[in-house]
Amino acid sequence: MNQRSSNLLDEALGLDQVIEPWPLRGRVVAIEDQVETSGSFVLHHLLKCSLSPNSSNVTIFIAFSEPFSHYDRILRKLGCNLVSQRDNSRFFFFDMLKLQCPDGDEGITPEGGLIALYGKIHKTISALPEICWRNVSIIIDDLSLMEVAANGSSDYVLDFLHYCRTLTSEFDCSLITLNHEDIYSSEDRPTFFIQMEYLADILIKAEPLATGLATDVHGQLTVSNKGRNKVSNFHFKVKENVVECFYPGRSRG
Amino acid sequence: MAAAKTRTSTFSRNLSTAAPSHGPGLKCGPNGTIFLSSGIPDLDKILGGGFPLGSLVMVMEDAEAPHHMLLLRNFMAQGLVLGQPLLYSSPARDPRGFLGTLPSPAASKDDKSRERDPDQEKGLRIAWQYKKYFGENQLDGQRDGKHEYSNEFDLRKPLERHFINGPHIDCVSIQDCPDLSTLRDRFATFLSQFPRNNGSISCAGRIAIQSFCAPQCAYSNMEWDMLSFIRSLKSMVRSSNSVAIITFPPSLLSPSFCKRWQHMADTLLSVKAIQDEDKELAQLLTGYQDMVGFLNVHKVAGINTQVPVILEATTFSIKLQKRRYLVLECLNQAPVDGSSGTSYGTSGGCSSSSKTGNLDF
Repeated sequence: MNQRSSNLLDEALGLDQVIEPWPLRGRVVAIEDQVETSGSFVLHHLLKCSLSPNSSNVTIFIAFSEPFSHYDRILRKLGCNLVSQRDNSRFFFFDMLKLQCPDGDEGITPEGGLIALYGKIHKTISALPEICWRNVSIIIDDLSLMEVAANGSSDYVLDFLHYCRTLTSEFDCSLITLNHEDIYSSEDRPTFFIQMEYLADILIKAEPLATGLATDVHGQLTVSNKGRNKVSNFHFKVKENVVECFYPGRSRG
Repeated sequence: MAAAKTRTSTFSRNLSTAAPSHGPGLKCGPNGTIFLSSGIPDLDKILGGGFPLGSLVMVMEDAEAPHHMLLLRNFMAQGLVLGQPLLYSSPARDPRGFLGTLPSPAASKDDKSRERDPDQEKGLRIAWQYKKYFGENQLDGQRDGKHEYSNEFDLRKPLERHFINGPHIDCVSIQDCPDLSTLRDRFATFLSQFPRNNGSISCAGRIAIQSFCAPQCAYSNMEWDMLSFIRSLKSMVRSSNSVAIITFPPSLLSPSFCKRWQHMADTLLSVKAIQDEDKELAQLLTGYQDMVGFLNVHKVAGINTQVPVILEATTFSIKLQKRRYLVLECLNQAPVDGSSGTSYGTSGGCSSSSKTGNLDF
């Protein structure tokens, strides 16, 4: 079951044909979800793909929402051992659960907060052998908590993201972020959110079905791939070891 | 649930070491989680066993009715009965006074089963809706000794004094705290009693915070500070053997912050009162007379798993059985009326779609 070569999600992301070289390199991928439908399974899926044994990808995971043990258990069920990948220096986990940026201008000093985090990311990438640079993915879970950690100064978080984006051009690595769409839908002009969508090369939206929750269909995904100028839409069902994607009405129950 | 069985082999370490050494009131759940009871047996069943340790539960209050207090009272009383340390914080001047209103466990086991009986025959109708939960949880309950995990509470009988005067109960008035960092330190010291290590779990802590963003508190307009407080509380709870429950009136928050709060929750519930003599609703629902309100389950904690928990129904009626016992039931729509209520569309759609799935199969 695990070895099913491709599904609709992989297809939409361009992960179905080749995994080496990493198809997402140099790209910014933004995942958006809602209270009713969590999009974190897309993160797990991408993490699993990037750590698959056929590739030489390196992943830097910046966790604001869950501790390592949570991801470890989930990825294990997906068939990927994070602990051994960490030992092999293919997986770097930054636990940011307790990160609290200092208030106001003090936050801009290089010692604390997000600038230090960026420094750590940059150092980690530079320490890798040069061949690996093109295959680095930076995953952030999730941006809204990053805003909270920065005491609500979205500009500060945006700056951080712009810095990370320069990494995608400097090292040709990829940046994958998760954010919650519904937080911003009530705001008049959510600069942070709009800018993030603009920066993204691939936008993945996880939404609940309009007809409510169901056990057979957990929600729908809309993947807009700006590079290929293509939008695909399909339903999904999340299982412990795989994500099933299918066109509407094709659920196998 | 099949996954739960395979897990015994893959993750035998945690289960085998932790299972025998649970303290009272704890029960193994799937994915290496450990549940503690919400104090309402029906809610435990709905959530698949209870609240998992390390999770943050948020309850959205009804602005006009104190129904969230029902959940809080049972949650706290259950902890006290089991001897679990409790930290309660509320915007009242004297939070300890609230402990006097906690309910007492229903008299004795025999008594309880007798009380349960009339409900059981009525319960035949609910059985198919709950059958998913019945199978295993009932077994679990029997094995662990049901009385040790959760009690049924008699809302008309106050909790005995010796429970309330226990040494491990701490109360904080949010009003007395000059700022959130003092409050955070208070919680941190409380939670440091229950560090999480892979070994035995002798004791689990409970934190109850009532009306967190109430306007009495000095910081109620500092939205980002409250959020970062919740975030740090969540990360502290995650790394400890405890459950925190926060109730808040969503109407006091701006819509976007309200969503942020909801995203913060592992388990998200909301309560809503029903108005007296709402004739339309009375026609629509059976058993309307006993209902005091509705409970909505928006999100069920998914710790260590990526599979969302999809309930067959998300709206439940809160009933006071014999004016004593808190009971949650699926809504039963009266069969005749053609115009179904709009707000129950989700629950209806949910159960019907899962049914068709079964038929196809």
